[in-house]
Amino acid sequence: MTSIRTILLFLLLVPAGLSAAVIRTGPGSLLQHALDRAQPGDTILVAPGLYKQHEIVVRTPVTIIGENYPVFDGENKYQILIVSADKVNIQGITVQNTGRSSMVDMAGIRLQNVSRVTVSNCRVLNTTYGVYLQGSRFCVIENNEIRSSATDELQAGNGVHAWKSDSLLIRNNKISGHRDGIYFEFVTGSAIIGNISTNNVRYGLHFMFSHNDGYSRNIFRHNGAGVAVMYSKKVVMTGNTFGEHWGDASYGILLKDISDSRIEHNNFAHNTIGIFMEGSNRIHVLRNTFNANGWAMRVQASCEGNTIETNNFTENSFDVATNGTLMLNTWRDNYWDKYEGYDLNRDGTGDVPYHPVSVYSILSERIPSTMILYRSFLTNIIDQAEKIMPSIIPDQLRDDSPKTKKWKL
Amino acid sequence: MLTVSKYVFLDLLKNRSILVYTLVLAVLSFTLLGLDGNSAKGLLSLLNITLLFVPVITTLFSAIYFFNSLEFIELLLSQPVKRTGILLSEYAGMALSLSAAFVAGVGVPLMILLPVGASFVLILCGVMLTFVFTSIGLLIFVLSRDKTRGIGAAIIVSLFFTLLFDGLMMAFIFAFSEYPIDKAVVAMIGLNPVDLARILMLLQLDVAVLMGYSGALFKEFLGSSSGSIFAVGCMLIWIVAPLLLALRIFKKKDL
Repeated sequence: MTSIRTILLFLLLVPAGLSAAVIRTGPGSLLQHALDRAQPGDTILVAPGLYKQHEIVVRTPVTIIGENYPVFDGENKYQILIVSADKVNIQGITVQNTGRSSMVDMAGIRLQNVSRVTVSNCRVLNTTYGVYLQGSRFCVIENNEIRSSATDELQAGNGVHAWKSDSLLIRNNKISGHRDGIYFEFVTGSAIIGNISTNNVRYGLHFMFSHNDGYSRNIFRHNGAGVAVMYSKKVVMTGNTFGEHWGDASYGILLKDISDSRIEHNNFAHNTIGIFMEGSNRIHVLRNTFNANGWAMRVQASCEGNTIETNNFTENSFDVATNGTLMLNTWRDNYWDKYEGYDLNRDGTGDVPYHPVSVYSILSERIPSTMILYRSFLTNIIDQAEKIMPSIIPDQLRDDSPKTKKWKL
Repeated sequence: MLTVSKYVFLDLLKNRSILVYTLVLAVLSFTLLGLDGNSAKGLLSLLNITLLFVPVITTLFSAIYFFNSLEFIELLLSQPVKRTGILLSEYAGMALSLSAAFVAGVGVPLMILLPVGASFVLILCGVMLTFVFTSIGLLIFVLSRDKTRGIGAAIIVSLFFTLLFDGLMMAFIFAFSEYPIDKAVVAMIGLNPVDLARILMLLQLDVAVLMGYSGALFKEFLGSSSGSIFAVGCMLIWIVAPLLLALRIFKKKDL
């Protein structure tokens, strides 16, 4: 099978560069020598086996293809592959056991100030940083398996780490057991699509100062928190699944100082807090499903101009929590399963507004110990009384047109 | 002794109030569980009904029934049987028939419509609450001099546990919110069987909220199995303690 694939690849590559040579290398020789001899456009086929080679620097635009996942081992001391040439293509190799250092960010595969580099179908195991991009543009990281077993934030690195880069595509990777599954800092115009990020110590995906990016159809599960988007603008988040983020500071999405973004068609299930918003402006939250979360959303009073519409809120312990009485956001056309109003003209919109913040969520916010009385008869009475005569709950936070039927999303 | 229990049990099964109690519970359960597809919501409503109905009805009904069977008890006492034996068998018959009513009214619909772990816990909570409040009803019976006072005491006691206790606790929490009162609050919960049943049930449903936000102690204690064990243990004490007290008083009581 592998040989057929090689032949096919070969056939595909031959017309592309007739002058390009194919160089074979095995565990007996150094890959670095083969790379140094290669001309731009050459293909290097790496035979299966264990290569205890490290700090391999790729300086020419070549294609490196591993046959049946040859293993490059950093012996827990070194970095492994450093790419410093444009148009390099790396496929089908295993990179494992980088060192850990507090001076250098030890990476399995490092892309250094390059463009048009592709890393695909690789396995990156037990590394501090899996794939590390710095100052790179137009790079593609796809179909990789990036696995580690980090236990604490300080020691660990990130699965895919991108710094000061632009126009990246991170697609269909499986990332687990790092500090952050994917980390973006000063990265613009990039897309993160179809990745599965699980069991990371801190965040499944972490944005810092990264504008005009989008992530969609990703699955985030069992991370410290699903996605943290901080100090960024124009981030589009669509079709993702956020699940099983339990704990004191666990969120599906944590938004901190974000503006002009869109959260659409996502699914939040079994998170302590579905979306946490702080200092975020002009975010459009629509057509999402919030099911069985502790709090579906927590919108702090520092948020302004956000629109939350046509979402489904079902089986959440609390729908919305906030920390003040000021509310400058718009809530409309959502379906709330706790809505108890009526719809006389049967147009599918309830005739009385819905207040998604229950008085009890405010009480427990002020004095956490009152949580022990949650769902007792007394607190039910308080909630009902408050619904009729709102005095404690923020009156402005209300959905004037709650739907009586669930949206089909 | 077994004969007396059996007699009380069968007599109560024929009792009209018990039948109505069963029927009301069954109708409520079927409607709440069948109304909408939202199973968690139905289960929660059922929990609220259990926490409200079971204590009030059990205490009232058992106290009234014990008073009504005073003559029967006096008759039995003229026979060569022990006083404690008679009271225990009265208690057993009463608790078992009320539990049977609860299981038939709430348990059967739950098992048909929603056979999950949380449903079992709800049934267990209901049965334990029945035993607890039958014990309390018995204690009220042996302590009160006449039926009217007994019924009054039963109403007050059941309302105290379902409503007033939580209010006092809320006041306590508000008054001492500046202090580390988590431990005291957990200990206080042990003083109310209704709250214990609620916590036991919440651990099955709303773990997210309890774990997420309300202090490390709640998370550690209520989030782990030790929380459930504590709740069940306290409930058992609540069954045994009033029963033993009632037996001791009844031994010396001048009928």
